Amino acid sequence: MDLLNALVALTNFVIVPGLAYGSQLALGALGVTLIYGILRFSNFAHGDTMAFGAMVTILFTWLFQSVGLSAGPLPTALLALPFGILGTIALALVTDRTVYRFYRQQKAKPVIFVMVSLGVMFMMNGIVRFIIGPGDQRFTDGERFVISARTFKKLTGLQEGLAIKTTEALTVITAVIVVAVLFWFLNKTRTGKSMRAYSDNEDLALLSGINPERVVMYTWMIVAALATIAGVLYGLDKSFKPFTYFQLLLPIFASAIVGGLGNPIGAIAGGFIIAFSEVTITYAWKKVLNYSLPDSLAPDGLVQLLSTDYKFAVSFAILIVVLLFKPTGLFKGKAV
Amino acid sequence: MKKLLMATAAAALTAGTAYAGGHAKEVKLGVLFGFTGPIESLAPAMGDGAELAMEEVTKSGKLLDSATVTPVRADTGCIDNGLAVANGEKLVAEGVNGIIGGDCSGVTGAILQNVAIPNGMVMISPSATSPGLSTMEDNGLFFRTSPSDAREGQVMAEILKERGINSIALTYTNNDYGKGLADAIQSSFEEVGGEVTIVTAHEDGKGDYSAEVGALASAGGDVLVVAGYLDQGGLGIIQGALDSGAFETFGLPGGMIGDSLPANVGADLDGSFGQIAGSDSKGAEIFAEMAKERGFDGTSAYASESYDAAALFLLAMQAANSTNPADYVGKILEVANAPGEPINPGELGKALEILAAGGDIDYQGATGVELIGPGESAGSYREIEVKDGKNETLRFR
Repeated sequence: MDLLNALVALTNFVIVPGLAYGSQLALGALGVTLIYGILRFSNFAHGDTMAFGAMVTILFTWLFQSVGLSAGPLPTALLALPFGILGTIALALVTDRTVYRFYRQQKAKPVIFVMVSLGVMFMMNGIVRFIIGPGDQRFTDGERFVISARTFKKLTGLQEGLAIKTTEALTVITAVIVVAVLFWFLNKTRTGKSMRAYSDNEDLALLSGINPERVVMYTWMIVAALATIAGVLYGLDKSFKPFTYFQLLLPIFASAIVGGLGNPIGAIAGGFIIAFSEVTITYAWKKVLNYSLPDSLAPDGLVQLLSTDYKFAVSFAILIVVLLFKPTGLFKGKAV
Repeated sequence: MKKLLMATAAAALTAGTAYAGGHAKEVKLGVLFGFTGPIESLAPAMGDGAELAMEEVTKSGKLLDSATVTPVRADTGCIDNGLAVANGEKLVAEGVNGIIGGDCSGVTGAILQNVAIPNGMVMISPSATSPGLSTMEDNGLFFRTSPSDAREGQVMAEILKERGINSIALTYTNNDYGKGLADAIQSSFEEVGGEVTIVTAHEDGKGDYSAEVGALASAGGDVLVVAGYLDQGGLGIIQGALDSGAFETFGLPGGMIGDSLPANVGADLDGSFGQIAGSDSKGAEIFAEMAKERGFDGTSAYASESYDAAALFLLAMQAANSTNPADYVGKILEVANAPGEPINPGELGKALEILAAGGDIDYQGATGVELIGPGESAGSYREIEVKDGKNETLRFR
């Protein structure tokens, strides 16, 4: 019984949040890694692309809510998501046409692209704040919990509760679907194959008749869709605030780099590694140990490896260790 | 180009003379708040509060030679020292006669050290509450219309004790304000025999707080005290703790009191309690009424303190008959405290008249201003409980 309690406490405070956060990071990191793999630069505007996508989705969600459209127990935002994706694709393509294409034609160095994306980031930052404002926006509706802590306690009679939010379940399920579709697209379709070819060797791809502008366009469309999905899921699960999305850039890049920049599988693994390292290493094990150990061995202290102050230090320590010993990331990505 | 140069030179010249002359037709007050960043939802009402006092004085036409008071707004970002100092410099360069601000404690200290002291500029902050600012070397240039958090720690401990709470988990936003307040709460609560199971920091602007909530839940406690910001990590922590069933009741210090918190969290927050600087003086009511007329919420946190900060500047200038910081700085404590005619919000014109005639005033303002020690508010607090999704005032301490 006590062991069960320990397990439930661990699931509630470590595994469930870790899985949800990891999925969100993974989706974000996939976008970053695709841009890096195919367009060959680190896109700093990714966090704000996510914010833009989430914003368009929120605006549509509000519209649907006002006309009484809903998805039953699921958040209305799911219905609005396709519109958010379309809006973000439009933004990404316009940015590419007006900004990035110029530098592509100049054959600018990657570092210049990085700086350009920094500028784009500030622009998007401003656009989002102009339209929806800098404050917190809540747009989650529908059923809040798949199972709430209170119901779980009542059902099982355990001391510890287990809460699974609808948004957490939704995040993990959506992430799995999106990743499956993405891999199918990259591996099985003609366009996907041409994208991978372009990523592997640009010149060879050009020689074999692949239209580079098409590849670039598809990449931006996919990245915009990924960014919107990641942004909306994150906003549903936590809350939407432009500033948070800007901050999200760091863990997303950490995930992508740990996994290996340019490698989609690496991005997913990296997302989970960063998420779980943040949660587990700073977790206070007191409760879990109290349940699982006999009374005589139960600890007095918190049994916390590191204070939560250091949770970012943890992910960056991992990042540095990986870069030192395996500069291309855990899964072979492109050299950084 | 030549014309532009001439114009700039002329402008600079007039600005210079205005600064030196004292009997200027225009008094400029810098309004240096975090219009972006962690307390961006509070800053607009604070700015409005300060500008309300300026408008009132301008309309009365009794300040110095019927000078007009112009606010110059600038942003601190609340936690961005670089931005805050740069904007502080900008205000000084624009020739302001005093700075209302900063808002958050960390940037306030930075502006004080890097801008106010080197330029001999006076600052009155409506909302910087870190105990560290009481002892910081300020050359007598720094005042605040809000009390130090050391006092808030005592009040919070009292409230907790009276509610029969014996153990708390404590988390704070990782900056000067949060750390200072957390220390004050911890030491005061332990003094009255309470137990603090864990003290942990959280970073603002992150969104994901599962790690912090996990640690706090593991340590346990009757309530979770969140010494953070309501628009930032504080909200995230509360949401996370509620969702995972870790805590049900929360202790909310000043930075967490605002209408947006119950609105965002919903019914689950009912029963949580806290306190924020405020008084039951008649001034608070009058101010709320005046604010309503002007179209903003006068009960928003630190809006009334901002009004008082602006009023203190202008009254001190009148008392010193000068807009030069070095001249009027000595008068601030004088106009704020007894003896003299008590002055409520809306009576600034009357106060200016009394001062012009050489009389004494005791500015009460919207918060019952009483400056003690190194120029900070003595501190009365509003005890608040969340009921039906609203912050309700229980009593004053």
